[in-house]
Amino acid sequence: MRIPCPLCGPRDRREFYYYGSDDYLNRPGEDAPPEAWDDHLHLRDNPAGLTRDLWYHEQGCAAWIELHRNTVTHEILSARLVAERAGAAGANGASTGTSRKKAAAPAKGTKA
Amino acid sequence: MRYSGFKVFTEGLFGNKGWQPAWREPQPKSEYDVVIIGGGGHGLATAYYLAKNHGITNVAVLEKGYLGGGNVGRNTTIVRANYFLPGNSEFYSHSLKLWEKLEAELNYNVMHSQRGQIVLFHSDGQRDAAVRRGNSIANQGDDAELLSRDQLKRMVPYLDYEQTRFPIYGGLIQRRAGTARHDAVAWGYARGADARGVDLIQNCEVTGIDIENGHVRGVQTTRGPIRAKKVAMVAAGRSGQVAAMAGMRLPIESHVLQAFVTEGLKPVIDSVISFGMGHFYISQSDKGGLVFGGDLDFYASYASRGNLPMLEHVMEAGMTLMPMIGKAKILRGWGGIMDMTPDGSPIIDKTHIEGLYIDAGWNYGGFKATPASGWCMAHLMATDQPHEVARRFRLDRFRTGHLLDEEGTGSQHNLH
Ligand SMILES: Cc1cc2nc3c(=O)[nH]c(=O)nc-3n(C[C@H](O)[C@H](O)[C@H](O)COP(=O)(O)OP(=O)(O)OC[C@H]3O[C@@H](n4cnc5c(N)ncnc54)[C@H](O)[C@@H]3O)c2cc1C
Ligand SMILES: [Zn+2]
Repeated sequence: MRIPCPLCGPRDRREFYYYGSDDYLNRPGEDAPPEAWDDHLHLRDNPAGLTRDLWYHEQGCAAWIELHRNTVTHEILSARLVAERAGAAGANGASTGTSRKKAAAPAKGTKA
Repeated sequence: MRYSGFKVFTEGLFGNKGWQPAWREPQPKSEYDVVIIGGGGHGLATAYYLAKNHGITNVAVLEKGYLGGGNVGRNTTIVRANYFLPGNSEFYSHSLKLWEKLEAELNYNVMHSQRGQIVLFHSDGQRDAAVRRGNSIANQGDDAELLSRDQLKRMVPYLDYEQTRFPIYGGLIQRRAGTARHDAVAWGYARGADARGVDLIQNCEVTGIDIENGHVRGVQTTRGPIRAKKVAMVAAGRSGQVAAMAGMRLPIESHVLQAFVTEGLKPVIDSVISFGMGHFYISQSDKGGLVFGGDLDFYASYASRGNLPMLEHVMEAGMTLMPMIGKAKILRGWGGIMDMTPDGSPIIDKTHIEGLYIDAGWNYGGFKATPASGWCMAHLMATDQPHEVARRFRLDRFRTGHLLDEEGTGSQHNLH
């Protein structure tokens, strides 16, 4: 799979770190109730078909990218910088998952 | 029909003409007490224990494809009880005990083989973690044993002990862990449920869930509407879509996990071995194929096939661990859709809709859970009380903060 980075062009999937659905961009305010945090962190539409999700060009330009793609065919329809979404809070994306950057690498061992 | 060695022998003498189908092919009735959505291992086990333990036999299992065509027939068949957290550990412990009696229980050869699982460690830190995990397994009443490098070398001499990048320090073995024949588990539960009166209905996709005033009334299917007093959603990787029919949004993201098998070889690997430095696990099937797998492809997917980067990664991990397998030819690779939760643990619970229940979120490890999942789901549906060993698998634990994050990787679905 190749991912069309808006800055670098089409690049191998292995250069990207996957975060998850674009729900991560809708960060609740400080005094939001637990339900809002549950929505933000856990609950997902999880569509079989078109979705929007977040990829980090870890081994490239280090931009956060929002892909519009199909979870059944793996076709990618479009890509844009998270920082350029309407309503994004500036190029540093204060309202985005960037504040969390990258979570720890998956633990190894005995999952299956 | 009861299966026995004697039966196999006499059938052999008379041309194997006396075997009968293992279950009926009934037409769906217009109403059942219980409808189970999904004829995988968990759905079939739920039906079996509803009938066997609770005497509830007016039950239908609705399967959109064929029985056992989902993950229950796609996994790498590892069965173990080496979990750490209270909530998980007693559940998998219960499951392993059910596995140990499963063949006699079902009168079916599920080829459960307690060949032992060795989880390797490669540093002092990993050894400390293995000791701690081993102690907690012992506390839960199951077996765990620390193996030194020398002991390991005698048991599995073919690992690459000399390499400098990931030196092997030792391993934690659970001797009661092992493997089972995956489809046989589905078939055994199917046959047992059918014999107790459960209708197994294949090629029957649920397309809607009927709800009135907060009560479930039945389901819409490709074979017509079916009314039901209680409905169970047991659809593994498709859980999100089934729950959406009831207007629910789940803490689940679906991902593809691949597995691979080589051509048949003479017996060479006689236990399950898990690499501690890359996610790689391997065993040898009774047919001789080496069966192995690794991590998810890591991005949300409903394609029942994987992508090449993970295939390459798994092969690299295998070659790092045991270079001797390099000449074996890969016969097949495939993928299954995993229902990944944000803490890596499953859900067995009621929903906010009266009469609607859910069993989902099995992540990488739902095969070993099959007996206990069916047992506890049946208990929940029959008594409306959670079973003692599954009481922490609540649907609302993500909102209330009572997570069961076995891997300690945080609220990101693909990291568990
Ligand atoms: C490659 C791979 C390796 C694995 N390795 C291991 C392992 O080593 N050890 C381990 O413990 N676990 C392992 N697992 C996980 C394990 O296989 C699953 O967690 C478990 O099988 C899921 O439960 P199930 O058997 O009920 O699922 P499934 O067999 O997938 O059953 C769900 C069923 O629901 C049906 N369904 C879905 N939607 C509908 C609908 N709308 N209407 C009707 N029917 C529907 C599907 O067709 C399917 O048959 C592995 C999984 C994969 C993919
Ligand atoms: Zn880039």
